[in-house]
Amino acid sequence: MSALTEVSRLKKEPRGKKRKLTAAEKKEERVSYLFLAPWLVGLVLITIGPMAASLYLSFTDYNLLQPPEWTGLENYSRMFEDTRLQNSLGVTFLYVFVSVPLQLIAALALALILDRGMRGLSFYRSIYYLPSLLGGSVAIAVLWRQIFGTSGLINQLLALVGIEGMGWIADPSTALGTLMVLNVWTFGAPMVIFLAGLRQIPTMYYEAAAMDGASKVRQFTTITAPLLTPIIFFNLVLQIIGAFQSFTQAFVVSGGTGGPADSTMFFTLYLYQQGFGNFNMGYASAMAWLLLLIIAAFTFINFIASKWWVFYDD
Amino acid sequence: MTTNIAPQTSTAPAAGLKQTPAAPPTRRKNRNSEELGGSAGRRLLKHLVLIAFGIIMLYPLLWMLVSSLRPNDVIFREAGLWLTSFEVSNYTEGWNALQSPFGHYMINSMIVVIGSIIGNLVSCSMAAYAFARLKFRRRNLLFAIMLMTIMLPIHVIIVPQYIIFSELGWVNTFIPLVLPKLLATDAFFVFLMVQFIRGLPKELDEAARIDGCGHVRIFTRIILPLMMPALATTTIFTFIWTWNDFFSQLIYLTDPEMYTVPVALRSFVDSTATSSWGSMFAMSIVSLLPVFLVFLFGQKYLVKGIATTGIK
Repeated sequence: MSALTEVSRLKKEPRGKKRKLTAAEKKEERVSYLFLAPWLVGLVLITIGPMAASLYLSFTDYNLLQPPEWTGLENYSRMFEDTRLQNSLGVTFLYVFVSVPLQLIAALALALILDRGMRGLSFYRSIYYLPSLLGGSVAIAVLWRQIFGTSGLINQLLALVGIEGMGWIADPSTALGTLMVLNVWTFGAPMVIFLAGLRQIPTMYYEAAAMDGASKVRQFTTITAPLLTPIIFFNLVLQIIGAFQSFTQAFVVSGGTGGPADSTMFFTLYLYQQGFGNFNMGYASAMAWLLLLIIAAFTFINFIASKWWVFYDD
Repeated sequence: MTTNIAPQTSTAPAAGLKQTPAAPPTRRKNRNSEELGGSAGRRLLKHLVLIAFGIIMLYPLLWMLVSSLRPNDVIFREAGLWLTSFEVSNYTEGWNALQSPFGHYMINSMIVVIGSIIGNLVSCSMAAYAFARLKFRRRNLLFAIMLMTIMLPIHVIIVPQYIIFSELGWVNTFIPLVLPKLLATDAFFVFLMVQFIRGLPKELDEAARIDGCGHVRIFTRIILPLMMPALATTTIFTFIWTWNDFFSQLIYLTDPEMYTVPVALRSFVDSTATSSWGSMFAMSIVSLLPVFLVFLFGQKYLVKGIATTGIK
């Protein structure tokens, strides 16, 4: 849960007074930076440095062979005419806003069912969690290609009940749907987080409510649901950030093309094609910054909106 | 010294989530008796539904496993899980279908995985110790930056990073994949460890300080042995993520000799006609096996890990 609450907690901490450090404090400071050294080097050389370079490149035309040529805002204005880019944004948004809610609903439902201190909890939890671990792999994407293929598993099963199937992946109207199914299939990870959250709700709340004659439904709406909102919020933010960056499944399922007819062309896939297929490094950098802005904007909106629906018990 | 403290601390820093004093065991019991109150029929029904749902969830995986042992023409006819014949040839064919035997790619993957694990364990634990136990100026600022990098999409750094590494001649080596881990760029592990160290009793450090231990000794002799659960979680997640990672391996490894498992598998898919699903499935199963084994033996740490940081 925490990474999010940490950030808001930090702001509240009062600033330390400025004063001269004692010798012992100075020594501790030196030791601190010794411990931090690898992380700091990484922060500067692997994260912040390349970020700055990427921002600079986003204002240039650069193909790796010739030196970058400053073109100002051209990469960004080009986006307004690039219909494939706009399409890829549409595909990504659709994917995020359909599959993430479905995934979280499945996760929450299963967590609520499993929470009743039932026998075999850890067994069920393991079974439902396993797809989350495997779902991001190329192997599962390969499997998906077969399952939703014209003569794949789904169509075989449909044939058993007399329904004629279709080429789910070959048809632009359903190809994205198969990737959404894949994302929903990995609901196990948020489910485990929900289960951990449910455990944090003190039993005495339920005991008191039961004593007052509150029904199970009422216990859910007045105790479980409000106390779980921080976890729902956390899962929502996390899954949205993750889903915006989905790449592997679309890449493998579509054979790297984003097809059919660009229907599975995720934004990250288009970015990869521009940067590492056509070596339009400047344009790819501009796209990366657009992605960062979109993710930041949605995270920000989530945080603002959370004031109205997320309930903090402390 | 460590053995007598370990039991009490091992449960304490289940980390991120607030530690409520309400003891879980008693609650479990209550709920159990509650469940016993319900009718046996309803309970049975619930288990049946949960098992049925579990089978649906795992069906694609089981079907792939079974199909990997079937001749190609049967794969497209048989939706069930019954094996009539046992076709091992898919595995032998798949193993040798690419330029090098598949084991070569698995070794490549293992090298990257082991390098990443060592890198994460060393660099993240060091940074975590500083954030959790040491006082220094701008600590809050740096900590906030560290938290923000957790959510940073790799795309805003990958292009310049690629340019730098290719200038250094490191494309088609494992350095671009392992070096960032040695520099603690997997910040959520730093966060996970910070949370864990915060849960360890501070008196231990103080006692050691009085005995004349410096920070390096406190870190290596006291904190590190006590944070084994967090290190295990880090190891397991690094293993699974690195093993599954596709994007950066696809970008940095273009020479078939250097392919790791995901990149090799992808080139297999692209190079073969759809007629060899059997051997493709076989190699997919082989590629999933290590993750599955880690899942089997490391479940405890996996569950703890995602409950703490929400990682997949």
